[in-house]
Amino acid sequence: MPAGGERRIRVLLAKLGLDSHTIGVTVIARALRDAGMEVIYSGLKQTPEMVVATAIQEDVDVVGLSSLSAAHMTHFPRVVELLREQGAGDKLVLAGGVIPDEDAAVLRQAGVSRIFTMGARTDDIVAYLREWWASR
Amino acid sequence: MVGESLAARVLAGHVASAARLIRLLEDERPEGRDALHELYPKSGRAHVVGVTGPPGAGKSTLVSALITALRKAQKRVGVIAVDPSSPLSGGALLGDRVRMQQHATDAGVFIRSMASRGHPGGLARAAWEAGVVLDAMGFDLLLVETVGVGQGEIDILELAQTTVVVCLPGAGDEVQAIKAGLLEIADLLVLNKADLPGAEQAQRHLEAMLRHGPASGWPRPLLRTIAAREEGTEALVQALAAHRAHLEASGELALIEARRARRPFLARVRERVADGLEAELANGPEARALLAQVERRTLDPYTAADRWLARAGGPT
Repeated sequence: MPAGGERRIRVLLAKLGLDSHTIGVTVIARALRDAGMEVIYSGLKQTPEMVVATAIQEDVDVVGLSSLSAAHMTHFPRVVELLREQGAGDKLVLAGGVIPDEDAAVLRQAGVSRIFTMGARTDDIVAYLREWWASR
Repeated sequence: MVGESLAARVLAGHVASAARLIRLLEDERPEGRDALHELYPKSGRAHVVGVTGPPGAGKSTLVSALITALRKAQKRVGVIAVDPSSPLSGGALLGDRVRMQQHATDAGVFIRSMASRGHPGGLARAAWEAGVVLDAMGFDLLLVETVGVGQGEIDILELAQTTVVVCLPGAGDEVQAIKAGLLEIADLLVLNKADLPGAEQAQRHLEAMLRHGPASGWPRPLLRTIAAREEGTEALVQALAAHRAHLEASGELALIEARRARRPFLARVRERVADGLEAELANGPEARALLAQVERRTLDPYTAADRWLARAGGPT
Protein backbone atom coordinates (compact mmCIF):
# COMPACT_ATOMS: atom_id res chain seq x y z
CA MET A 1 0.00 0.00 0.00
CA PRO A 2 1.55 3.32 -0.95
CA ALA A 3 2.03 5.58 2.04
CA GLY A 4 -0.62 8.09 1.27
CA GLY A 5 -3.79 7.85 -0.67
CA GLU A 6 -6.11 10.78 -0.51
CA ARG A 7 -6.42 12.59 2.77
CA ARG A 8 -9.48 14.71 2.82
CA ILE A 9 -10.82 16.98 5.52
CA ARG A 10 -13.95 15.38 6.97
CA VAL A 11 -16.51 17.75 8.45
CA LEU A 12 -19.68 17.05 10.39
CA LEU A 13 -22.37 19.71 10.08
CA ALA A 14 -25.20 19.50 12.57
CA LYS A 15 -28.08 21.69 13.61
CA LEU A 16 -28.92 21.82 17.28
CA GLY A 17 -32.04 23.05 18.94
CA LEU A 18 -35.49 23.39 17.54
CA ASP A 19 -35.17 25.70 14.55
CA SER A 20 -35.77 24.26 11.12
CA HIS A 21 -33.88 26.71 8.91
CA THR A 22 -31.60 24.70 6.67
CA ILE A 23 -30.59 27.18 3.98
CA GLY A 24 -27.44 28.46 5.69
CA VAL A 25 -26.12 25.05 6.61
CA THR A 26 -26.87 23.73 3.12
CA VAL A 27 -24.92 26.56 1.50
CA ILE A 28 -21.96 25.88 3.75
CA ALA A 29 -22.15 22.13 3.11
CA ARG A 30 -21.98 22.71 -0.64
CA ALA A 31 -19.15 25.21 -0.35
CA LEU A 32 -17.07 22.77 1.69
CA ARG A 33 -17.80 19.96 -0.75
CA ASP A 34 -16.79 22.20 -3.65
CA ALA A 35 -13.57 22.92 -1.77
CA GLY A 36 -12.82 19.19 -1.82
CA MET A 37 -13.94 18.29 1.70
CA GLU A 38 -16.13 15.39 2.73
CA VAL A 39 -19.14 16.75 4.54
CA ILE A 40 -21.42 14.64 6.69
CA TYR A 41 -24.73 16.33 7.28
CA SER A 42 -26.68 14.84 10.16
CA GLY A 43 -29.79 16.95 9.97
CA LEU A 44 -31.99 18.96 12.27
CA LYS A 45 -32.75 18.87 15.97
CA GLN A 46 -29.58 17.10 16.99
CA THR A 47 -28.70 16.78 20.66
CA PRO A 48 -25.10 17.23 21.86
CA GLU A 49 -24.99 13.49 22.56
CA MET A 50 -26.01 12.67 18.97
CA VAL A 51 -23.47 15.11 17.55
CA VAL A 52 -20.61 13.68 19.61
CA ALA A 53 -21.47 10.02 18.89
CA THR A 54 -21.70 10.87 15.19
CA ALA A 55 -18.43 12.83 15.17
CA ILE A 56 -16.62 9.86 16.72
CA GLN A 57 -18.16 7.17 14.48
CA GLU A 58 -17.47 9.24 11.38
CA ASP A 59 -13.97 10.18 12.59
CA VAL A 60 -14.40 13.75 11.38
CA ASP A 61 -11.72 16.38 11.84
CA VAL A 62 -14.14 19.25 12.20
CA VAL A 63 -17.52 19.64 13.90
CA GLY A 64 -19.60 22.55 12.64
CA LEU A 65 -22.55 23.46 14.83
CA SER A 66 -25.38 25.62 13.66
CA SER A 67 -28.22 27.14 15.55
CA LEU A 68 -30.58 29.92 14.71
CA SER A 69 -32.55 29.53 17.91
CA ALA A 70 -31.09 30.31 21.30
CA ALA A 71 -29.81 26.78 21.78
CA HIS A 72 -26.18 27.64 21.24
CA MET A 73 -25.39 28.77 24.78
CA THR A 74 -26.41 25.48 26.35
CA HIS A 75 -25.74 23.01 23.56
CA PHE A 76 -22.45 24.16 22.00
CA PRO A 77 -20.34 24.10 25.20
CA ARG A 78 -21.87 20.71 26.00
CA VAL A 79 -20.63 19.33 22.66
CA VAL A 80 -17.09 20.51 23.45
CA GLU A 81 -17.31 19.03 26.93
CA LEU A 82 -18.57 15.63 25.69
CA LEU A 83 -15.92 15.48 22.97
CA ARG A 84 -13.21 16.03 25.60
CA GLU A 85 -14.75 13.48 27.96
CA GLN A 86 -14.79 10.89 25.20
CA GLY A 87 -11.20 11.41 24.12
CA ALA A 88 -12.09 13.38 21.00
CA GLY A 89 -11.05 16.82 22.18
CA ASP A 90 -8.69 17.18 19.22
CA LYS A 91 -11.56 17.82 16.83
CA LEU A 92 -11.98 21.42 15.74
CA VAL A 93 -15.35 22.83 16.81
CA LEU A 94 -16.85 25.71 14.84
CA ALA A 95 -20.13 27.49 15.36
CA GLY A 96 -22.43 29.36 13.05
CA GLY A 97 -25.77 31.06 13.11
CA VAL A 98 -27.31 33.93 14.98
CA ILE A 99 -24.86 34.45 17.82
CA PRO A 100 -24.52 37.80 19.58
CA ASP A 101 -20.99 39.08 20.31
CA GLU A 102 -21.26 38.64 24.05
CA ASP A 103 -22.30 35.01 23.56
CA ALA A 104 -19.47 34.46 21.09
CA ALA A 105 -16.91 35.41 23.71
CA VAL A 106 -18.39 32.90 26.15
CA LEU A 107 -18.41 30.15 23.48
CA ARG A 108 -14.80 30.77 22.57
CA GLN A 109 -13.93 30.55 26.24
CA ALA A 110 -15.76 27.20 26.31
CA GLY A 111 -13.61 25.79 23.50
CA VAL A 112 -15.39 26.73 20.26
CA SER A 113 -12.50 27.68 17.99
CA ARG A 114 -14.21 30.10 15.68
CA ILE A 115 -17.67 31.57 15.27
CA PHE A 116 -19.07 32.47 11.89
CA THR A 117 -22.14 34.66 12.18
CA MET A 118 -24.79 35.38 9.59
CA GLY A 119 -22.73 37.63 7.33
CA ALA A 120 -19.78 35.23 7.05
CA ARG A 121 -18.59 34.35 3.55
CA THR A 122 -18.19 30.69 2.71
CA ASP A 123 -14.74 31.51 1.27
CA ASP A 124 -13.64 32.63 4.72
CA ILE A 125 -14.81 29.37 6.27
CA VAL A 126 -12.98 27.34 3.63
CA ALA A 127 -9.81 29.41 4.06
CA TYR A 128 -9.96 29.04 7.83
CA LEU A 129 -10.33 25.26 7.61
CA ARG A 130 -7.51 24.89 5.08
CA GLU A 131 -5.18 26.97 7.19
CA TRP A 132 -6.04 24.94 10.28
CA TRP A 133 -5.54 21.66 8.38
CA ALA A 134 -2.17 22.76 7.03
CA SER A 135 -0.96 23.85 10.48
CA ARG A 136 -1.82 20.60 12.26
CA MET B 1 -5.71 1.00 26.48
CA VAL B 2 -2.39 2.77 26.05
CA GLY B 3 0.17 0.42 24.54
CA GLU B 4 -2.36 -1.89 22.98
CA SER B 5 -2.41 -2.10 19.22
CA LEU B 6 -5.11 -0.38 17.22
CA ALA B 7 -6.46 -3.79 16.21
CA ALA B 8 -6.61 -4.92 19.84
CA ARG B 9 -8.58 -1.82 20.76
CA VAL B 10 -11.01 -2.48 17.90
CA LEU B 11 -11.46 -6.08 19.04
CA ALA B 12 -12.14 -4.80 22.56
CA GLY B 13 -15.02 -2.81 21.10
CA HIS B 14 -13.51 0.67 21.24
CA VAL B 15 -15.66 2.71 18.85
CA ALA B 16 -13.28 5.61 18.27
CA SER B 17 -10.48 3.19 17.39
CA ALA B 18 -12.66 1.42 14.82
CA ALA B 19 -13.67 4.78 13.37
CA ARG B 20 -10.03 5.88 13.17
CA LEU B 21 -8.96 2.62 11.58
CA ILE B 22 -11.61 2.94 8.87
CA ARG B 23 -10.26 6.40 8.16
CA LEU B 24 -6.68 5.11 7.92
CA LEU B 25 -7.78 2.40 5.50
CA GLU B 26 -9.81 4.87 3.48
CA ASP B 27 -6.79 7.16 3.24
CA GLU B 28 -4.56 4.15 2.41
CA ARG B 29 -2.20 4.67 5.34
CA PRO B 30 0.27 1.90 6.20
CA GLU B 31 -0.87 1.79 9.86
CA GLY B 32 -4.29 0.80 8.61
CA ARG B 33 -2.87 -2.10 6.72
CA ASP B 34 -1.04 -3.41 9.79
CA ALA B 35 -4.25 -3.40 11.80
CA LEU B 36 -6.18 -5.07 8.99
CA HIS B 37 -3.59 -7.85 8.98
CA GLU B 38 -4.48 -8.56 12.61
CA LEU B 39 -8.23 -8.16 12.23
CA TYR B 40 -8.94 -10.09 9.05
CA PRO B 41 -8.60 -13.56 10.67
CA LYS B 42 -11.15 -12.44 13.28
CA SER B 43 -13.73 -11.46 10.68
CA GLY B 44 -16.16 -13.64 8.79
CA ARG B 45 -19.02 -13.99 11.24
CA ALA B 46 -21.28 -11.11 10.22
CA HIS B 47 -24.13 -11.42 7.76
CA VAL B 48 -23.28 -8.85 5.09
CA VAL B 49 -26.35 -7.34 3.46
CA GLY B 50 -26.24 -4.97 0.52
CA VAL B 51 -29.00 -2.41 0.06
CA THR B 52 -29.15 -0.95 -3.41
CA GLY B 53 -31.62 0.65 -5.77
CA PRO B 54 -32.33 3.77 -7.79
CA PRO B 55 -32.07 7.25 -6.27
CA GLY B 56 -35.16 8.22 -4.31
CA ALA B 57 -36.24 4.66 -3.56
CA GLY B 58 -35.81 5.32 0.15
CA LYS B 59 -32.72 3.22 0.82
CA SER B 60 -31.52 5.23 3.82
CA THR B 61 -34.96 5.34 5.38
CA LEU B 62 -35.29 1.61 4.85
CA VAL B 63 -31.89 1.01 6.43
CA SER B 64 -32.97 3.05 9.44
CA ALA B 65 -36.22 1.10 9.78
CA LEU B 66 -34.26 -2.14 9.40
CA ILE B 67 -31.94 -1.08 12.22
CA THR B 68 -34.98 -0.60 14.46
CA ALA B 69 -36.30 -4.07 13.65
CA LEU B 70 -32.87 -5.69 14.02
CA ARG B 71 -32.28 -4.02 17.37
CA LYS B 72 -35.62 -5.45 18.60
CA ALA B 73 -34.20 -8.84 17.64
CA GLN B 74 -31.09 -8.08 19.77
CA LYS B 75 -28.77 -7.82 16.77
CA ARG B 76 -25.83 -5.44 16.71
CA VAL B 77 -25.80 -3.55 13.44
CA GLY B 78 -23.02 -1.89 11.47
CA VAL B 79 -23.92 0.41 8.58
CA ILE B 80 -21.71 1.60 5.72
CA ALA B 81 -23.52 4.21 3.65
CA VAL B 82 -21.85 5.27 0.40
CA ASP B 83 -22.55 8.50 -1.46
CA PRO B 84 -20.80 9.76 -4.58
CA SER B 85 -17.81 12.10 -4.52
CA SER B 86 -17.92 15.11 -6.78
CA PRO B 87 -15.86 14.36 -9.87
CA LEU B 88 -14.86 18.02 -10.06
CA SER B 89 -13.74 18.88 -6.55
CA GLY B 90 -13.27 15.41 -5.08
CA GLY B 91 -15.38 16.55 -2.14
CA ALA B 92 -18.63 14.91 -1.12
CA LEU B 93 -21.88 15.66 0.61
CA LEU B 94 -22.82 12.63 2.66
CA GLY B 95 -26.44 12.87 3.76
CA ASP B 96 -27.60 9.32 4.32
CA ARG B 97 -27.23 9.73 8.07
CA VAL B 98 -30.03 12.29 8.24
CA ARG B 99 -32.51 9.41 7.98
CA MET B 100 -30.71 7.28 10.55
CA GLN B 101 -29.92 9.68 13.38
CA GLN B 102 -32.48 8.16 15.73
CA HIS B 103 -29.87 5.41 16.17
CA ALA B 104 -26.90 7.74 16.66
CA THR B 105 -26.45 7.13 20.38
CA ASP B 106 -27.33 3.43 20.38
CA ALA B 107 -24.17 1.56 21.41
CA GLY B 108 -25.34 -1.47 19.41
CA VAL B 109 -25.23 0.51 16.16
CA PHE B 110 -22.26 1.92 14.24
CA ILE B 111 -22.96 4.07 11.21
CA ARG B 112 -20.27 5.22 8.82
CA SER B 113 -20.77 7.50 5.83
CA MET B 114 -18.32 6.95 3.03
CA ALA B 115 -17.57 8.89 -0.15
CA SER B 116 -17.04 6.86 -3.32
CA ARG B 117 -13.80 8.79 -4.09
CA GLY B 118 -14.08 8.05 -7.78
CA HIS B 119 -14.57 4.32 -7.34
CA PRO B 120 -17.05 3.10 -9.95
CA GLY B 121 -19.71 0.49 -9.32
CA GLY B 122 -21.77 2.15 -6.60
CA LEU B 123 -19.41 1.52 -3.69
CA ALA B 124 -16.27 3.04 -2.19
CA ARG B 125 -12.85 1.42 -2.40
CA ALA B 126 -12.71 1.11 1.38
CA ALA B 127 -16.22 -0.31 1.84
CA TRP B 128 -14.75 -3.79 1.97
CA GLU B 129 -12.13 -2.73 4.53
CA ALA B 130 -14.74 -1.03 6.72
CA GLY B 131 -16.80 -4.22 6.55
CA VAL B 132 -13.86 -6.29 7.84
CA VAL B 133 -13.32 -3.88 10.74
CA LEU B 134 -16.97 -3.93 11.83
CA ASP B 135 -17.25 -7.68 11.28
CA ALA B 136 -14.17 -8.37 13.42
CA MET B 137 -15.56 -6.00 16.05
CA GLY B 138 -18.53 -8.32 16.44
CA PHE B 139 -21.42 -6.67 14.66
CA ASP B 140 -23.97 -9.34 13.74
CA LEU B 141 -25.22 -7.68 10.60
CA LEU B 142 -23.63 -5.22 8.24
CA LEU B 143 -25.89 -3.14 6.06
CA VAL B 144 -24.03 -1.68 3.10
CA GLU B 145 -25.99 1.03 1.34
CA THR B 146 -24.78 1.83 -2.17
CA VAL B 147 -25.07 5.10 -4.01
CA GLY B 148 -28.31 5.47 -5.94
CA VAL B 149 -27.70 3.18 -8.87
CA GLY B 150 -29.15 2.70 -12.31
CA GLN B 151 -28.18 -0.47 -14.08
CA GLY B 152 -24.51 -1.25 -14.19
CA GLU B 153 -23.30 -0.34 -10.71
CA ILE B 154 -23.41 -3.78 -9.22
CA ASP B 155 -20.19 -3.95 -7.20
CA ILE B 156 -22.34 -4.76 -4.20
CA LEU B 157 -22.53 -8.32 -5.52
CA GLU B 158 -18.84 -8.69 -4.72
CA LEU B 159 -19.29 -7.51 -1.16
CA ALA B 160 -22.67 -8.71 0.07
CA GLN B 161 -23.91 -12.17 0.93
CA THR B 162 -27.50 -11.02 0.55
CA THR B 163 -28.48 -8.24 -1.83
CA VAL B 164 -31.66 -6.26 -1.26
CA VAL B 165 -32.88 -4.22 -4.20
CA VAL B 166 -35.21 -1.39 -3.22
CA CYS B 167 -37.63 0.13 -5.67
CA LEU B 168 -40.65 2.38 -5.49
CA PRO B 169 -43.98 2.66 -7.23
CA GLY B 170 -44.90 5.39 -9.63
CA ALA B 171 -43.10 6.24 -12.82
CA GLY B 172 -42.32 3.28 -15.04
CA ASP B 173 -38.73 4.47 -15.35
CA GLU B 174 -37.71 3.02 -12.02
CA VAL B 175 -39.20 -0.32 -12.96
CA GLN B 176 -37.32 -0.16 -16.24
CA ALA B 177 -34.08 0.44 -14.39
CA ILE B 178 -34.80 -2.50 -12.14
CA LYS B 179 -35.68 -4.67 -15.10
CA ALA B 180 -32.55 -3.80 -17.01
CA GLY B 181 -30.04 -5.01 -14.52
CA LEU B 182 -30.72 -4.64 -10.86
CA LEU B 183 -33.41 -7.27 -10.65
CA GLU B 184 -30.94 -9.95 -11.65
CA ILE B 185 -28.78 -9.30 -8.62
CA ALA B 186 -31.65 -9.14 -6.10
CA ASP B 187 -31.93 -11.88 -3.50
CA LEU B 188 -34.77 -9.91 -1.97
CA LEU B 189 -36.82 -7.32 -3.75
CA VAL B 190 -38.44 -4.57 -1.69
CA LEU B 191 -41.21 -2.36 -2.96
CA ASN B 192 -40.83 0.62 -0.64
CA LYS B 193 -43.25 3.53 -0.29
CA ALA B 194 -45.96 0.92 -0.82
CA ASP B 195 -48.63 3.41 0.22
CA LEU B 196 -48.05 5.53 -2.89
CA PRO B 197 -50.45 5.42 -5.84
CA GLY B 198 -49.37 2.82 -8.36
CA ALA B 199 -48.13 0.35 -5.75
CA GLU B 200 -50.44 -2.43 -6.90
CA GLN B 201 -49.40 -2.01 -10.49
CA ALA B 202 -45.72 -1.90 -9.60
CA GLN B 203 -46.15 -5.04 -7.54
CA ARG B 204 -47.76 -6.90 -10.45
CA HIS B 205 -44.92 -5.79 -12.75
CA LEU B 206 -42.23 -6.88 -10.34
CA GLU B 207 -43.93 -10.21 -9.61
CA ALA B 208 -44.13 -10.93 -13.31
CA MET B 209 -40.43 -10.12 -13.72
CA LEU B 210 -39.52 -12.36 -10.80
CA ARG B 211 -41.53 -15.21 -12.35
CA HIS B 212 -39.61 -14.85 -15.58
CA GLY B 213 -36.24 -14.54 -13.93
CA PRO B 214 -33.67 -17.31 -13.72
CA ALA B 215 -34.82 -20.27 -11.66
CA SER B 216 -32.83 -21.12 -8.56
CA GLY B 217 -33.24 -22.87 -5.26
CA TRP B 218 -34.13 -19.57 -3.63
CA PRO B 219 -37.59 -18.26 -4.54
CA ARG B 220 -36.84 -14.55 -4.47
CA PRO B 221 -39.44 -12.80 -2.38
CA LEU B 222 -41.05 -9.44 -3.07
CA LEU B 223 -41.73 -7.54 0.13
CA ARG B 224 -43.71 -4.36 0.59
CA THR B 225 -42.50 -1.74 3.04
CA ILE B 226 -43.37 1.75 4.14
CA ALA B 227 -39.99 2.49 5.66
CA ALA B 228 -40.89 5.99 6.83
CA ARG B 229 -43.49 4.39 9.13
CA GLU B 230 -41.31 1.35 9.86
CA GLU B 231 -43.94 -0.92 8.29
CA GLY B 232 -43.00 -4.23 6.73
CA THR B 233 -39.49 -4.28 8.12
CA GLU B 234 -39.98 -7.19 10.51
CA ALA B 235 -40.93 -9.40 7.57
CA LEU B 236 -37.82 -8.12 5.82
CA VAL B 237 -35.64 -9.06 8.81
CA GLN B 238 -37.15 -12.56 8.70
CA ALA B 239 -36.50 -12.79 4.96
CA LEU B 240 -32.87 -11.76 5.48
CA ALA B 241 -32.42 -14.50 8.06
CA ALA B 242 -34.17 -17.00 5.78
CA HIS B 243 -31.83 -16.13 2.92
CA ARG B 244 -28.77 -16.53 5.09
CA ALA B 245 -30.10 -19.91 6.32
CA HIS B 246 -30.70 -20.93 2.71
CA LEU B 247 -27.12 -19.99 1.76
CA GLU B 248 -25.78 -22.10 4.60
CA ALA B 249 -28.04 -25.10 3.98
CA SER B 250 -27.54 -25.15 0.21
CA GLY B 251 -23.77 -24.75 0.32
CA GLU B 252 -24.02 -21.52 -1.68
CA LEU B 253 -22.43 -19.57 1.14
CA ALA B 254 -19.09 -21.25 0.44
CA LEU B 255 -19.27 -20.09 -3.19
CA ILE B 256 -20.15 -16.57 -2.13
CA GLU B 257 -17.32 -16.51 0.38
CA ALA B 258 -14.89 -17.62 -2.31
CA ARG B 259 -16.11 -14.77 -4.51
CA ARG B 260 -15.84 -12.33 -1.62
CA ALA B 261 -12.23 -13.37 -0.99
CA ARG B 262 -11.22 -13.35 -4.64
CA ARG B 263 -12.28 -9.80 -5.36
CA PRO B 264 -10.16 -7.88 -2.83
CA PHE B 265 -7.16 -10.12 -3.56
CA LEU B 266 -7.41 -9.42 -7.29
CA ALA B 267 -8.07 -5.74 -6.68
CA ARG B 268 -5.02 -5.30 -4.46
CA VAL B 269 -2.74 -7.05 -6.96
CA ARG B 270 -4.08 -4.94 -9.83
CA GLU B 271 -3.62 -1.84 -7.75
CA ARG B 272 -0.02 -2.71 -6.83
CA VAL B 273 0.95 -3.51 -10.40
CA ALA B 274 -0.68 -0.34 -11.69
CA ASP B 275 0.82 1.80 -8.90
CA GLY B 276 4.24 0.31 -9.60
CA LEU B 277 3.99 1.18 -13.27
CA GLU B 278 2.73 4.70 -12.47
CA ALA B 279 5.75 5.25 -10.24
CA GLU B 280 8.13 3.96 -12.91
CA LEU B 281 6.50 6.12 -15.55
CA ALA B 282 7.27 9.12 -13.37
CA ASN B 283 11.00 8.45 -13.17
CA GLY B 284 12.03 4.99 -14.42
CA PRO B 285 13.88 4.91 -17.77
CA GLU B 286 12.61 1.50 -18.89
CA ALA B 287 8.94 2.25 -18.40
CA ARG B 288 9.33 5.64 -19.99
CA ALA B 289 11.10 4.12 -23.00
CA LEU B 290 8.23 1.66 -23.47
CA LEU B 291 5.67 4.43 -23.20
CA ALA B 292 7.60 6.55 -25.71
CA GLN B 293 7.42 3.70 -28.22
CA VAL B 294 3.67 3.40 -27.70
CA GLU B 295 3.36 7.16 -28.23
CA ARG B 296 5.33 6.97 -31.48
CA ARG B 297 3.23 3.96 -32.52
CA THR B 298 6.31 1.83 -32.98
CA LEU B 299 4.98 -0.52 -30.28
CA ASP B 300 1.38 -1.47 -29.51
CA PRO B 301 0.16 -1.34 -25.89
CA TYR B 302 -0.31 -5.12 -25.64
CA THR B 303 3.31 -5.86 -26.54
CA ALA B 304 4.48 -3.02 -24.30
CA ALA B 305 2.53 -4.59 -21.42
CA ASP B 306 4.10 -8.00 -22.14
CA ARG B 307 7.57 -6.50 -22.05
CA TRP B 308 6.90 -4.52 -18.91
CA LEU B 309 5.51 -7.50 -17.01
CA ALA B 310 8.27 -9.83 -18.21
CA ARG B 311 10.82 -7.32 -16.98
CA ALA B 312 8.99 -6.98 -13.63
CA GLY B 313 8.96 -10.76 -13.24
CA GLY B 314 5.21 -11.02 -13.59
CA PRO B 315 3.00 -13.01 -15.95
CA THR B 316 3.40 -12.53 -19.68
